[in-house]
Amino acid sequence: MLDIIQLRTGLVGPVDLSLAQGECIAILGPSGSGKSLLLRAVADLDPNSGDVLLNGRSRNDMPAYQWRRLVSLVPAESGWWADRVAEHFKAKPDMSEMLKDVGLPDALGWQVSRLSSGERQRLALVRALQGGPQALLLDEPTAALDEASTLKVEEIMQRQLERGVIIVLVTHDPEQAGRLANKRITLKDGRIIDMPMTAA
Amino acid sequence: MSSYITLSYFDLVAASLFLVLNAVFSILLNLGLQRQLLIASLRMIVQLLMVGLLLKAVFAAASPWITLAVAIAMVTFAGREIWARQERKIAGIWGYGVGASSMMIAGTLVTVMALTTQIEPSPWWSPQFALPLFGMILGNTMTGVSLGLDTLHTTLYRERTAIEARLLLGHSRWEAVMPVTRRALRSGFTPIINAMAATGVVSLPGMMTGQILSGIDPQEAVKYQLLIMFLIGGATGLGVLGAVFASVWRLTDERHRLRLDRLSLAKG
Repeated sequence: MLDIIQLRTGLVGPVDLSLAQGECIAILGPSGSGKSLLLRAVADLDPNSGDVLLNGRSRNDMPAYQWRRLVSLVPAESGWWADRVAEHFKAKPDMSEMLKDVGLPDALGWQVSRLSSGERQRLALVRALQGGPQALLLDEPTAALDEASTLKVEEIMQRQLERGVIIVLVTHDPEQAGRLANKRITLKDGRIIDMPMTAA
Repeated sequence: MSSYITLSYFDLVAASLFLVLNAVFSILLNLGLQRQLLIASLRMIVQLLMVGLLLKAVFAAASPWITLAVAIAMVTFAGREIWARQERKIAGIWGYGVGASSMMIAGTLVTVMALTTQIEPSPWWSPQFALPLFGMILGNTMTGVSLGLDTLHTTLYRERTAIEARLLLGHSRWEAVMPVTRRALRSGFTPIINAMAATGVVSLPGMMTGQILSGIDPQEAVKYQLLIMFLIGGATGLGVLGAVFASVWRLTDERHRLRLDRLSLAKG
């Protein structure tokens, strides 16, 4: 369970949401409506008030870095701190499998500066998954991708949902929301303007 | 025997002719530097003449309180200089406080140590020894601290996406900013390391040159210069370390967030 209680950050909120294991909620809304800020607040990356609980345990009961390993945010713009792709990944046996899933089996040997934005986006998702988070906060994860890559990323998300991972998905694409999410909300000026709707 | 040669004001005017020549070139080549050259020269002349008069009076008064007051004025000015030399500063009083207090603590510690255990004038705070020494240590620490903080703040801002990526992957704030911290420390340490490495080969330090010109035995001048360089190096290092870590602490928070909202905007 992921419970978001009276969450406020800047002009965003208060937001209350409750998600069960394996659920995906899509957050829609115009640019500037606070979707990304809401995700950052859930990850505790900006000053905020309110509480977020994972399986009944408040994030305030643990150090922020531990929280972010459980509730992993993948921002729309991914960050890279070293020159080579491999330096951003832990050496894990299932890594190559996951890279194959996103269509980038050889990416570990590449240089970050030569990655396209679509490649960055897919690698950032794999990077976030390698810690085994229980909830994923995805900010437009397929914005820079073509149709084939989008489908690959959606497959990965689907598999995570089947494993019980909770996904909060910010997207501009109502069709994508329909394919993946079982709930959707619309944000406008930092507030939810509709009731969480359960998709058919 | 003293070979000290007194300079006349005419000598000084003659020495400034080449600087005037530079201004002429600037006008001829349309470089636009003549105004800055003129202002900087005038500032230097007025400041040094004033400081000459002031030091004479302070030395004559030989009062610990007046000495302390002058030292405080030096720290205040140097603190402002650190603040002004950063493109992006911490907002509010912290912007002044972090740099100035690190510099003050490091500079005071090293100067007092040197006065009480190595140079040992009588009394130990004797302004003739304390103020020039403090000034030299403070000046170098100021340069190091301002470079370190400027690099830290500029790089934190530029690398914010990469830093936040690390925070989001579960790194602590110290881990996430470590590459930037290291770069800032290196930048703060570089001038003093370069100065130590080049001194005596590429250039004779100003203080030593001054002593030799005023007739002191070169070996004695070298001993003083070494003492000064050790003190300067030590104080600069401590000041840079203190300022950079204090600034990292202020620009992150206990929930391991990057708090660039505490950084003021760069002026266009």
